[in-house]
Amino acid sequence: MHTSKGLAFWLSCAAFLLAMLGLTLVTGNEYPFFAGYVILQFIVLATAWNILGGYAGYVNFGTSAFFGIGVYIAIMLFKALGAPIVVQIAGAALAGAVLGFAVGLLTLRMQGIFFSIATIAVTIIIETCITNWKFVGGAAGIQLQRPPVTAPFDSYVKMLFFVQAALVVIAVAVARYVQGSWIGRGLQALRDDELAAECTGVPTLRLKLLACCLSGALMSAAGAPSAMYLQFANPESAFNLNYSVSALAMALIGGTAHWVGPILGAILLGVTQQVLTVTISSEVNVLILGLMLVLFVVGAPAGLIGLLRFPRRRLPADKGGGP
Amino acid sequence: MFSLDLLLDAVVLGLLLGCFYAAVSIGLSVTFGLLDVPHVAHPAFLVAASYGVYLLNDLWGVDPLLAGLVLTPLYFVIGLFAYWVYFETFERRGQDQGVRGIAFFFGIAFIIEVLIILTMGVDQRSVQAPYIGKSLRLWDMRIPMRLVVAFGVAMLLTLLLTQYLSRTFTGWAIRAVAQDEGALRLMGANPYKIKQWAFGIGTAVLGMAGALLIIVAPVEPTLDRAYIGRTFCVVVMAGLGSMSGTLAAAVILGVSESIVLTLFGASWAPAISFAMLLAVLAVRPQGLFGR
Amino acid sequence: MSAALLRIEGMTKRFGGFTALDTVSVDIMPGERFGLIGPNGSGKTTLIHCISGALRPSAGTVRFEGEDVTGLPAHKRTRKGIARSFQIPRPFKSMTVRENLAVALDFASLDHGLSAGEQTEHVMAILTRMGLAAKVDALASSLSQVELRRMELARAMAARPKLLISDEAMAGLSSSEVDEVLDLLLKLSADGITIIMIEHIMHAVMRFSSRVMCLDAGKIVAIGEPKAVMENKRVQEAYLGA
Repeated sequence: MHTSKGLAFWLSCAAFLLAMLGLTLVTGNEYPFFAGYVILQFIVLATAWNILGGYAGYVNFGTSAFFGIGVYIAIMLFKALGAPIVVQIAGAALAGAVLGFAVGLLTLRMQGIFFSIATIAVTIIIETCITNWKFVGGAAGIQLQRPPVTAPFDSYVKMLFFVQAALVVIAVAVARYVQGSWIGRGLQALRDDELAAECTGVPTLRLKLLACCLSGALMSAAGAPSAMYLQFANPESAFNLNYSVSALAMALIGGTAHWVGPILGAILLGVTQQVLTVTISSEVNVLILGLMLVLFVVGAPAGLIGLLRFPRRRLPADKGGGP
Repeated sequence: MFSLDLLLDAVVLGLLLGCFYAAVSIGLSVTFGLLDVPHVAHPAFLVAASYGVYLLNDLWGVDPLLAGLVLTPLYFVIGLFAYWVYFETFERRGQDQGVRGIAFFFGIAFIIEVLIILTMGVDQRSVQAPYIGKSLRLWDMRIPMRLVVAFGVAMLLTLLLTQYLSRTFTGWAIRAVAQDEGALRLMGANPYKIKQWAFGIGTAVLGMAGALLIIVAPVEPTLDRAYIGRTFCVVVMAGLGSMSGTLAAAVILGVSESIVLTLFGASWAPAISFAMLLAVLAVRPQGLFGR
Repeated sequence: MSAALLRIEGMTKRFGGFTALDTVSVDIMPGERFGLIGPNGSGKTTLIHCISGALRPSAGTVRFEGEDVTGLPAHKRTRKGIARSFQIPRPFKSMTVRENLAVALDFASLDHGLSAGEQTEHVMAILTRMGLAAKVDALASSLSQVELRRMELARAMAARPKLLISDEAMAGLSSSEVDEVLDLLLKLSADGITIIMIEHIMHAVMRFSSRVMCLDAGKIVAIGEPKAVMENKRVQEAYLGA
């Protein structure tokens, strides 16, 4: 049972990647890849957010910080070493993990809202530091020249699109593993009642730190390609609070109990965002985001997966496996 | 000698600013400090109030302080309504509500911010009043009149609310319900009504505080983000539930910000309140005067 | 003289100006049935918190099986074999009863070496003893208060502890239910588990305990055979208020 479900998942991932690759080779028009990149990026962010926010119940307002760090680490590695995109992403992921660990140590002893506010604090502090750092352009920002694109892609944007698709697979695979393993069970217990979990043998601090590191690494990894995608970066846009709201909203609207939730939320809201930004304005887009967040939080606490009556995930009787 | 003068300037300015921060935060001391409502939308309400003051001032020439007074009862009612929504949606249901409560207020804050952008644009707005633009000479220093006015009103506001909570019967009830709801119920009081009233009061203060905000400096829609840091820093540093601590904590923040501003410049300013908040949370989470 | 399973020395806990525990020292022997009584606010639950690791004492040490565990976080103590139930039940509300117990099995007794089938058997055995077998796949949020109390104890037992601390597990139960829980605890004791029982239901304490300790205002006022402690004047004063 476990093996067949696992196999189905990995086959779907392979099919997904092949489809994405196929798209880049077949389609000439660049626009779908611009839009598609953004949506894929949000899937990664929402999925990563959910590992800490959904499974563990620690609402992180600091997605922007990790995303921004990813952007700037990538820039730094590119400027200083001419690093290729894969190295940029790996470096960003490492930085995100380290930052996640540090932030976790500092803030995870705080419960509930204090943790959330602390994540905003970290975001603003990091943004302020980067704004004052001349090497990466300070407040004015920095322009970037894309290196030549590698085969089989014929445009850099298409390559980044595929890179982000690969990150989606990685993020979802990580989330799925966490959810179905003893880590997920421990996180769920500590989310329900942290003191009881601790006294039932769950190493709460360790698990929270782990969730923080995984979440942070994935968020920073998602940010890294952004530097090349936009060919420009400045603190205000890299650390834009919209990333924090979006990741949070997408996960909550999609549903936090299962890794499918953030994917649904990201696609729904991502597409809505693209449509609204192009047709009306980016402010209305954010307004709709906020309204939907509030509506879902009040009216549909289980998110889309609750509305669609997604089967409640069962903890398996044996130690392995998952949906 | 030169830097000492500047430092003194900074300290005095910081004191005035600190008192203003107290007025801006005291509402949160009630709603979050006493009632445990995760009210991250507090600064958004504040900025919205200042825009309300701006409109009254711009359209009908109403003095900003008077406008603040006008907004106060309106904000009281908004507070009553907001608590009703929060209670019905979150406090009642119990399960997993911490996450959703926080997300709810975060969403509200964002909605308010965007609505302001959509209706008023992103430009800075300021108000006109006879005391804005003039300066006061105190010994060697020139102190902007508007800061002195803000300081005075803020002091008054803070003292009024603190006295209300410690001297009146309702005030006692509010502090009691924060400590032991069960006992209060046994005395025949309705905890929900008391909490709702308290939330109303905590929100009403924002009417006046919003006026002070736009008197002190021009406002723009994303200002609420900076004030999340400041208000929560003050409330946490004071210690949840400590009203008297709010003034002291606010002054500490005000002076620190002012000194850093003078020594290192404006680009570091946004981080100070947040850094202090983190430090307090890490080192002494119960605050300086906490219960 | 055999070694104590649990040794508490000089346990003191202060909350600001209030002293909840004042230099409490006691040895709990292996296999003992230890009753802990005292009026409300006397420090019983605080003592349990310090033993289990939910609180750090202001002074004093806790030794379990000869090892100093005072600095260990709660989850490590649970893995060493200390399990506790909470006075007000703290269930994992989003999980079923089975899953609640599974957390204990997965985390508290990591090296239990039970296969999947044996685990289910173990869980069902405990639940049947606690009268919760029918509710095994019900969500914890749907249980009644009484059922939650039983699950609280069941979860502590699922951890297969060496020392089980039951904090007022019988509060609010009917007379026959009290007897059921009592029989259960006696059976566990017969299996070799050391049990500390906090209770206000005196006849249960009398029936169950081989030794009783009475706390008042953070201090030990009496310790010894149940009958002797009950008849102790200071104990009676503590309860009736002096």
